[in-house]
Amino acid sequence: MSSQGRTSSALIIGAALSALVVAIALTSLVWTPYDPRDMAAAARLAAPSLAHPFGADAYGRDVLSMVLAGSRTALAVAVTASAIGLGIGAPLGLLAAARGGWVDEAVMRLNDLVFAFPALLIAVLLAAAFGPGAVNAVIAIGIFNVPVFARVARGAALSLWAQDYVLAARLAGKASLRISAEHIAPNLLSGLIVQAAIQLSLAVVADAGLSYVGLGVQPPEPSWGRMLAEAQTLFATAPWLALFPGAAIVLTVLGFSLLGDGLRARLDPRAAER
Amino acid sequence: MALLEIENLSLTLAGRPLLKRVSLTVRRGEVLGLVGESGSGKSLTALSILGLPPAGAVLSGAVRLQGADLLSLDDTAMGAVRGRDIGMVFQEPMTALNPVRCIGDQVAETVRLHRGVSRAEANAVTARTLARVGMPAEHFPLSRYPHELSGGQRQRVAIAIAVALAPKLILADEPTTALDVTTQAQILDLLIQLSREDGAGLVLVSHDLALIAQAADRVVVMQAGEIVDQGETAAFFNTLAHPYSRALAAAVEPRMRAARAPSSEPPVLEAHDVIRAYSGRRTSLFKPGVSQRAVDKVSLTLAPGENLGLVGESGSGKTTLARAILGLDAASEGDIRLGGEAFSRANPADRRRLRRRIQAVFQDPFSSFDPRWRVADIVAEPFALFDAPPQGRERRRRVEAMLEQVGLSSADADRFPHQFSGGQRQRIAIARALITEPSVVVLDEATSALDVTVRAQVLALLDDLSQRLGVSYLFVSHDLAVVRAITDRVMVMRAGRIVETGPTAEVFAAPRHPYTAQLIAASPNLARALAERKTRYAAASAANSNEAAP
Repeated sequence: MSSQGRTSSALIIGAALSALVVAIALTSLVWTPYDPRDMAAAARLAAPSLAHPFGADAYGRDVLSMVLAGSRTALAVAVTASAIGLGIGAPLGLLAAARGGWVDEAVMRLNDLVFAFPALLIAVLLAAAFGPGAVNAVIAIGIFNVPVFARVARGAALSLWAQDYVLAARLAGKASLRISAEHIAPNLLSGLIVQAAIQLSLAVVADAGLSYVGLGVQPPEPSWGRMLAEAQTLFATAPWLALFPGAAIVLTVLGFSLLGDGLRARLDPRAAER
Repeated sequence: MALLEIENLSLTLAGRPLLKRVSLTVRRGEVLGLVGESGSGKSLTALSILGLPPAGAVLSGAVRLQGADLLSLDDTAMGAVRGRDIGMVFQEPMTALNPVRCIGDQVAETVRLHRGVSRAEANAVTARTLARVGMPAEHFPLSRYPHELSGGQRQRVAIAIAVALAPKLILADEPTTALDVTTQAQILDLLIQLSREDGAGLVLVSHDLALIAQAADRVVVMQAGEIVDQGETAAFFNTLAHPYSRALAAAVEPRMRAARAPSSEPPVLEAHDVIRAYSGRRTSLFKPGVSQRAVDKVSLTLAPGENLGLVGESGSGKTTLARAILGLDAASEGDIRLGGEAFSRANPADRRRLRRRIQAVFQDPFSSFDPRWRVADIVAEPFALFDAPPQGRERRRRVEAMLEQVGLSSADADRFPHQFSGGQRQRIAIARALITEPSVVVLDEATSALDVTVRAQVLALLDDLSQRLGVSYLFVSHDLAVVRAITDRVMVMRAGRIVETGPTAEVFAAPRHPYTAQLIAASPNLARALAERKTRYAAASAANSNEAAP
């Protein structure tokens, strides 16, 4: 009991970093120092200065503005993809645990199938079929997230199904779906929230990776992954082009994973004791 | 000089005093029974002797083993004492052994760790020790793994680890609690025999006063971190000087009332030829596995207001039968009728209607309730069986009335389950089972997780409710004392079959089936233990006077 409610430094740092990224993404909707799509020939490859704190890229676009605006792309893709994973995966896991038998087998084998394909492969397939873009990136990462949430939900639900209060609910004549909704889902919510924070950080990396190979959000919409790709050839002359989006990715991923770890420690006393 | 001397041992954890000036001594070759309910500090005392108090505990006082103070030793020195000078046996034989190492290695490890002998020598000691605990190498090779052994056999291995180095003191914390009664008696005898042979002191920690009466030379009673009573066993039970000792002794064998005459009214519950088979492992691709019957054609009837006991050891199929009767297990065969109406083969609508007539209370007061639900919602959950469940004020009123029936207050409705003690939680479970006014309540080990004094209170409540409400109980338990107290009729189950059935008093007085007789003989019984002690004592003193005569 005492370890529950203990707030670790991981949780504080993670929550602060995550809040910062969200705040930046929201701010960039209404304000950035320059228009991130605006090319200024005069500022091409400008080193960091007062006018351009993060410098400017080969087209003269302000890197600070691009990094700020890139955060909303990264967040939008990550949040939507994780939500898809949670929204489809968790109910599937609950269903598998509630029904057991062939339903369980079917759901879990389907999960294995999806799990075997990396997000990148799914994104390439989708891009080949429908063309590259943010929506397809979201779908690819979302599909990749489904089995993760399904497994977490099923595992936790199975252990909850063994509890006597579930027997009592069955004696009260409740059907398995009603028991899932009333007793199982609320009790595994904390585990899913933890997993969601961790999946958010993975989704940010996946989004950057897809953008890096050109399968993410398309120009002129700024994206951290594509900024890295464009900076690659210019790394010797203009290292800031890679440094700042790279740092943005690292800090965002770090923020979400620390948040996930901190939440886990807070919500699951057993993990905190380790 | 006493072997073990504890002087004014106090233990404080996070500002709370958990042990208060505990002082006791154990002599060589003596069996000391340390008895108390949960939270009394008996296990903490044992752990403090071992130098394993919970993290953050502050200890004061002295624990001396043959005059050497153990509390002043550091971890390394204490590690050398544990196993060599003090052997320990814990409650749970399932977790006491390492599942991935064979039993020989686990016993030999202790020997090699403390003696620094060669592998061959250690193995020789191991084989000797395992033979001493009744597991000779001819039948139980050292290469066996724990999962290949029964609970009792595992506990024997755990005892072998404890006695391998012939320690001066053996600490046994509830060593038989997790075992079946027939196994319990054997393990207890073994522990006492070994400690007598080695001249070691044995501290037997238990919640079970009957077991202590049977085994201990001296009794120490703990309550809320303090020793409240102690004495030589015979004298202790003769006087029962402290009120708490009296309460404990009274609670061991609760007495409710005389059994009622069998009712001639039609039965509220009938079960005919219930079978629950599990398919066994396939040995061939083309042949189905041999199925095993956990419940093998069992039939029973329950009259209105009658309390039927179902006793048996673990694996006898009694819980499986209870689940089949409750309709929780779809895969069982047989015909179950409630008030004459088919329940097991009813259509869903009838099943829901009939389910109001049969409810249950489970063993574990901790997992019985959704931790996120308030008591009011928990107790009202079975209202889901009604087509027009009571709502709002009416629902609340009925929940509060039921809580008061089971001895809780109406204000408890707004609290969460974790705010209640084990006994109070079982009362909540009983309230939930009774809210639909059922005619049958299945109680599956419903009092097994409770302390004896709490158990006596819950039994009294159940008895009172059955008389006031006319509800029938199917009381499933391994605890014969409880079954004897509350049931009118008893069925003895073994390996899926009913071996004996009859009025409780008759079955206990004159069991017809040898297994029933064995069960009754093996289960600790305070009165019998004291009587046996008296005859033993008389025989011993007669022998002494004979020796003295010539």
